[in-house]
Amino acid sequence: MKQLQEKAKQRQLGDSLIIKTAVRLMVPFIQLFGLYVIVHGHYSPGGGFQGGVILGASFILLALAFDMKTSFKHMSEKVNAILGNLGAAIFIGVGLICALVGGLFLDYSALNIIIPLGPVEWRSFGIFLVEVGVGLAVMSIMVLLYWNISSSGKMDEGL
Amino acid sequence: MKTLALLATLCTGALLLYGTKDFPAWGDPQSPANSYLSPKYIEHAVQETHVPNLVTAVLGDYRGYDTMFETVVIYCAGMAVVSVLRRNRSQ
Amino acid sequence: MEQIVQEIVAKYNYWVYVILMMIGFYAMIGKRNLVKKLLGMNIFQTAIILFFVSTGVKKGGRIPIVDKYSGLAGTIDPNTIDNPLPHVLMLTAIVVGVSVTGVALAVLQRIYREYGTLEENEILEKVRR
Repeated sequence: MKQLQEKAKQRQLGDSLIIKTAVRLMVPFIQLFGLYVIVHGHYSPGGGFQGGVILGASFILLALAFDMKTSFKHMSEKVNAILGNLGAAIFIGVGLICALVGGLFLDYSALNIIIPLGPVEWRSFGIFLVEVGVGLAVMSIMVLLYWNISSSGKMDEGL
Repeated sequence: MKTLALLATLCTGALLLYGTKDFPAWGDPQSPANSYLSPKYIEHAVQETHVPNLVTAVLGDYRGYDTMFETVVIYCAGMAVVSVLRRNRSQ
Repeated sequence: MEQIVQEIVAKYNYWVYVILMMIGFYAMIGKRNLVKKLLGMNIFQTAIILFFVSTGVKKGGRIPIVDKYSGLAGTIDPNTIDNPLPHVLMLTAIVVGVSVTGVALAVLQRIYREYGTLEENEILEKVRR
């Protein structure tokens, strides 16, 4: 194993031009597809969890093909933490607002008092809000897990 | 030690296989899992939420509480990993 | 004899899950390496996820994404649509499984940093000393 690692380091097997170019071309499309999966969860297979994992995988792919510095350039640790907290906060915040305006906790039809769209439409839209929150949280946590585990907590080089 | 583990595994497997005798056959529409709650979801979810994807409707609306605490679980997992592994660069 | 064979053929899905579960269970209790134990736990979890998803299957049923207009008219026959409830529960279970694996890997890395090994008996020796 160690010999293989040294060989890879000498010949720079991980720094192939083909892989780097392909990843650079692919990452925007992967992110677009992740957003599509989150937003289109009402009508096709998809939703917050799946789309969040795809979005997180795009950043993990950057960190795998280049190095961890490159993925920090695209999404820094601070932004990642903010997005993760925001995702969980959106979910719980939507539920709390429902309770504050007079309905039950997480009963989205109560939000009809704020903007009158109709209670059924609000239930559909409330599911969308919640999915966005779940997607953000899952993306952030997946990227966080990869960063921490692959660099054993040092957050400098990674694999 | 290994034989003991193998024995325990085989005993558990045999017990579970004996238990499958009472389980419904594969793909039975009248099985208990398919007959009490889920027909109501299938019939009324689209009228009540306007979401054709029933999985999303149940996940986000009927079982929103479940999903919320599930998000909290993965959030806690992230916090746990950071607190177990993270070290400062100076050390 | 023929009855037993018929019974097995009618419920072959449960046999698959039980065998997968046995593989995972043996890896969890019989192996000494902690990473192998973690892999066993993942196999165990896969067996349970497959079992739950299979309880939602209906013969000749379609995926639980319905036509919006027939849904609004209330003309859906529940026997032709798969049960969405196990899918929902397992969707959350899969994500929880990923986070459990992440936390377990983090703890294993920490153990390796402290003790320099991942073999259970060597760690126990070092703890007792």
